Amino acid sequence: MEAFVRVNGIAAALMQANIDTDLLIPSREITSTSREGYGDKLLAPWRYLATPEGAPRVENPDFVLNREPWRRAVILIAGPNFGCGSSREAAVWAVRQFGLRCVIAPSFGAIFRGNCLRNGVLPVVLPPAEVQALADEAARGTCVLTVDLELCRITRPDGSAIGFEFDAGERRTLLEGRDAIDATLEQRAAIEAFQRADRERRPWIWNSL
Amino acid sequence: MRRVAAPRNIIDKIWDAHAVAELDGQTLLHVDRVFLHERTGPAVFAGLAEAGRRPLAPQLVFGTMDHIVDTTPGRGDATLMKGGRAFIEQFRAGARAHGIRLFDIGDARQGIVHVVSPEQGIALPGCTLVCCDSHTCTVGGLGALAWGIGSSEGEHALATQTLARRKPRTMRVCFEGALGAGVTAKDMILALIARHGAAGGAGHAIEFAGAAVRALPVEGRLTLCNMAVEFGAWTGLVAPDEVTFEWLHGRPFAPQGALWDAAVAHWRTLASDAGAAFDAEIVFDVSHLAPQVSWGTNPGQTVAIDGRTPAAPDADAARALAYMDLAPGQPIAGTPIDAAFIGSCTNARLGDLRAAASLVAGQRVAPGVTALVVPGSTEVKRQAEAEGLHRVFIDAGFEWRESGCSLCFYCGGDSFDRPGRAARRVVSTTNRNFEGRQGPGVRTHLASPATVAASAIAGCIADPRGLWGPRAGAR
Repeated sequence: MEAFVRVNGIAAALMQANIDTDLLIPSREITSTSREGYGDKLLAPWRYLATPEGAPRVENPDFVLNREPWRRAVILIAGPNFGCGSSREAAVWAVRQFGLRCVIAPSFGAIFRGNCLRNGVLPVVLPPAEVQALADEAARGTCVLTVDLELCRITRPDGSAIGFEFDAGERRTLLEGRDAIDATLEQRAAIEAFQRADRERRPWIWNSL
Repeated sequence: MRRVAAPRNIIDKIWDAHAVAELDGQTLLHVDRVFLHERTGPAVFAGLAEAGRRPLAPQLVFGTMDHIVDTTPGRGDATLMKGGRAFIEQFRAGARAHGIRLFDIGDARQGIVHVVSPEQGIALPGCTLVCCDSHTCTVGGLGALAWGIGSSEGEHALATQTLARRKPRTMRVCFEGALGAGVTAKDMILALIARHGAAGGAGHAIEFAGAAVRALPVEGRLTLCNMAVEFGAWTGLVAPDEVTFEWLHGRPFAPQGALWDAAVAHWRTLASDAGAAFDAEIVFDVSHLAPQVSWGTNPGQTVAIDGRTPAAPDADAARALAYMDLAPGQPIAGTPIDAAFIGSCTNARLGDLRAAASLVAGQRVAPGVTALVVPGSTEVKRQAEAEGLHRVFIDAGFEWRESGCSLCFYCGGDSFDRPGRAARRVVSTTNRNFEGRQGPGVRTHLASPATVAASAIAGCIADPRGLWGPRAGAR
């Protein structure tokens, strides 16, 4: 899996609450079984003007991610419950393939957050007031931040910093870019022992299929 | 001295019974059942193949075709959605290669995953179940601990039959009182989300409890738990009881004979102990609850059917009202509609169709309204047809479809538009009113099957209570 240690770059803000994964990547944009090709599709309903289906896309010049400098953003500052809704991992593939490596929000949809961890995207939770302050700075277009997972710290160019908390186990996995399935398979003996005992304890789980 | 165990809630009990190991503050949980579908299944199989992995226990894994398969009569592998055939074929090939049971197109057991897994007795009380779909929490209605995951976690669940998680906080939501006629489980959950917000349950696993929940049939409990994710919760469940056991008994994959007896004895121990602690508690009296309808673009933006849109909207509400083409302070009832949709993992079970049919019997869908009924499973469709419900709907002017997720979401292709008539406003028994969810620019109003049926007939958002008769038994 892709590691995350730190990123440095432009931050863009999208502060509407409850931005859902249907907006991040509408179902109609998922037209292939591949995990690639989603960068241009991120937030398609907002990023492009309404055109007849099949017609070439026309960028909405007013949308923040189409404007300089935010079209080069690597960090997104977002409102609460970001990534709520559908479990589609393509939402995170779109975020990552657009070039975003970190989303900072007061809260996240639970499945989206889990999908971020599997794709080298760092979901940082900060109190609403701190998120709003960063969003205000980002809106001025001069917001270049460093998000450092080793230090659990967000640093502004002037050196001022904000700390954040991150689950210790998830932090280690992200820093090392460790494959989560490989890590679990190290527990294979424990899994097999559990299953052996469970066949005795709850035979209906195993013997009715 | 005898040691007395601390009281545990149902979430603690199921969690503890599935703990394989403790790692880095997370619990490695055994996953008893994995369900896959054709929308995300191909990515799961491709990921496994890339890493040279195989499912650890394919006998615990099931698949169904629901998300993008057509629901039009005579369907096959071709889809109205562009590129859909590849999803269907790759999913079928992967299931075959790994020896995974698949409820394929044409199989009598095919249907929406969260309708099929309880109906077939695959989801069981006290089991853990995951699926690459956010509404997997639905089967919490049986007392299962079930949650939605992404494709990568789907690979993880297949390859290891486990997932690692930090234990969630727990919440109990007690629905007290008794529902009035024409008010349903859908209205309970919409009202809860309206009161506490679309993130009101964030970070929690929820036990739905209280007299109004105990009084719900299993189908209503499934509806309630279906929308736990719309409340921001990790999952939700209802403690299994005699109603659950009676409903499950004899289902195809449910345990039989001595295994059944042993299972029920265990399931009776799952209910939260007296005095068990929860991290949060909500009490909600449903005695005077009215049918609910969403007005905005998240499920928390909901009002009673006799209510109005916010008179003084904040920025988010103003944005939602603009998308929905509604004015501040406008009554929600009477808003003209272009389409009515009865379907989805929320509200397409037999009881839902019975409730809707009882309101449309002998009536006609209003002119200019596209009205669809999409049964939640092929088995629901069969039972409904055996009761003649399809005739009631067809005679009233509804389309009667094959089972699948259908227009709960728009994936390109099928839509509510009809020649010369673009559908903009839909009243729908589904779970998401997000911008564009049911089509570009489409405005969705979430409601119960009764409210959707009443609205289809009236041609505008309508209160079902005046029409609610003695035949409308199902909640």
